[in-house]
Amino acid sequence: MPGLLPENVATLAIDFSYLLVAFLFIMGLKAMSSPVTARRGIVVAGIGMLIGTLMSFLYPGMGNFALMLAAIAIGGGLAWWSGRIVAMTDMPQMIALYNGMGGGAAAAIAAVELLRMTSVPADGAVHHGPVVTALAAAGAFIGVVSFSGSLIAFGKLQGLIKRSFRFAGQQAANLLIAAATLALGGWIVVSGHPTLEMVIGFFGLALLLGVTMTLPIGGADMPVVISLYNAFTGLAVAFEGFVLENAAMIIAGIVVGSAGTLLTQLMAKAMNRSLGNVLFSGFGEGPAAEASGVTGALKPIEPSDAGVMMAFAQKVLVVPGYGMAVAQAQHKVWELCQLLIDKGVMVRFAIHPVAGRMPGHMNVLLAEAGVPYDLISDLDEINAEFETADVALVIGANDVVNPVARTDKSSPIYGMPILNADKSRNVLVIKRGQGAGFSGIENHLFYLDNTRMVYGDAQKVAAELIHAVKAAG
Amino acid sequence: MEGVIALYIVMLAAFTGYEVIARVPVILHTPLMSGSNFVHGIVLVGAMVALGRADTLLEQVIGFVGVVLGAGNAVGGYVVTERMLEMFKASGRKKKESA
Repeated sequence: MPGLLPENVATLAIDFSYLLVAFLFIMGLKAMSSPVTARRGIVVAGIGMLIGTLMSFLYPGMGNFALMLAAIAIGGGLAWWSGRIVAMTDMPQMIALYNGMGGGAAAAIAAVELLRMTSVPADGAVHHGPVVTALAAAGAFIGVVSFSGSLIAFGKLQGLIKRSFRFAGQQAANLLIAAATLALGGWIVVSGHPTLEMVIGFFGLALLLGVTMTLPIGGADMPVVISLYNAFTGLAVAFEGFVLENAAMIIAGIVVGSAGTLLTQLMAKAMNRSLGNVLFSGFGEGPAAEASGVTGALKPIEPSDAGVMMAFAQKVLVVPGYGMAVAQAQHKVWELCQLLIDKGVMVRFAIHPVAGRMPGHMNVLLAEAGVPYDLISDLDEINAEFETADVALVIGANDVVNPVARTDKSSPIYGMPILNADKSRNVLVIKRGQGAGFSGIENHLFYLDNTRMVYGDAQKVAAELIHAVKAAG
Repeated sequence: MEGVIALYIVMLAAFTGYEVIARVPVILHTPLMSGSNFVHGIVLVGAMVALGRADTLLEQVIGFVGVVLGAGNAVGGYVVTERMLEMFKASGRKKKESA
């Protein structure tokens, strides 16, 4: 089939455009690593993607253009629509979903290549050498695991899969499936002429592995897993890039693979979990920690009194948690903070790395409410300031302010860095009810002498606090 | 592509990825993960080639699915990343009391 341009011209144009694509991607990612330039970064990377996609229509020897356009319209259209309507709180699972699609696409490329090898007659020339076949198979393996694993992660975070399936010998079973998949993949490579059954079995086993690997992992650890699968997909894309001799795919894939690996480590570190720990053990598998040595009582306070307390404070540090986002209270909370700022109160948001559902998620939720990012500080920046704060306002956060993490060696959260809300002069805790937090650990902060509890829905309480601050003149 | 050249590309790209991310603040972890998720959406290009060169019906079906998935990765990744980053705004006040 003739291409749209003479073959040599087209190839040259495509090669140079891919160089530009790689440049734009790297510049885009670089810009995305600072809040000031981040927005520009995604636009730059987007331009790269557009150029790469358009130029790829010029590949020599291509057909099926109608199918191609239809597929782009369907996939792109659905993704555009779903990406537009998704709530900011649901962002983690959407990232998982799109990531899984990328893994699936890489696997599809490999599937076409491997299937083509099955149709070569046994005495004919081998379609691909062993090295390329191995790369195709490796990309297929990683891509498929990322595909099915990401879908399970999506299902779990979306609440479609509620249980964590664990059974004795689960890791041995996973290992067995992994070994069988790799053995079959090795056979495909060595044989050079795989049968259709071998290819189907290989993909089937890899699909199964992604599912069984991901199912036992708890929701709290899911962000780390999604980030890991993100790096996986990058690698799969790079491997298929080798097979297709596509430099843009190799560079973009490897850059994402290495950046994603680093990001995964950073996230795991921020959550005080090692990667091995996340993948191979469920959170809090041991017996739940007893509420050891809680002294004092929970002391409730009326929102009106709490409002007055803040209105006359000099420095208020807000510690938001996922509970605030669930109650959709971030707009009201920001309104409250603006009132306080107008009164001359210094207000800062203190964000724990795992506030929200993945590192950085809370920042996105606050940004959505219009909170400027220079009022948002992370743990290292702000922790010393609690000692000079008049009020620490804890909204829907729990484990990340539990002083037990500093003191109680038997606690599952022992050693996790926490926000030192307990060090401030007064602590106000907005909480729905009296239950324990996400991890089921009793929070000693709530029982301190300087802590007052404001019970109620975060949004309603915030509205009442606004009222009280206004009334305080 | 020459095997050794390809390995050079891999090595340099790996360092690049590492260095670009190395000093990213925690507040950008989620958007950056989403952004890198978008970047591997370039897989769309490979899927297009796979579909464009497909001869049998089975190859066409798989290639078609590949392009649908790849386009979903690229477009979805872009839309959600852009939506998140669009919201990051500075307060416009002088940062006089920066910690």
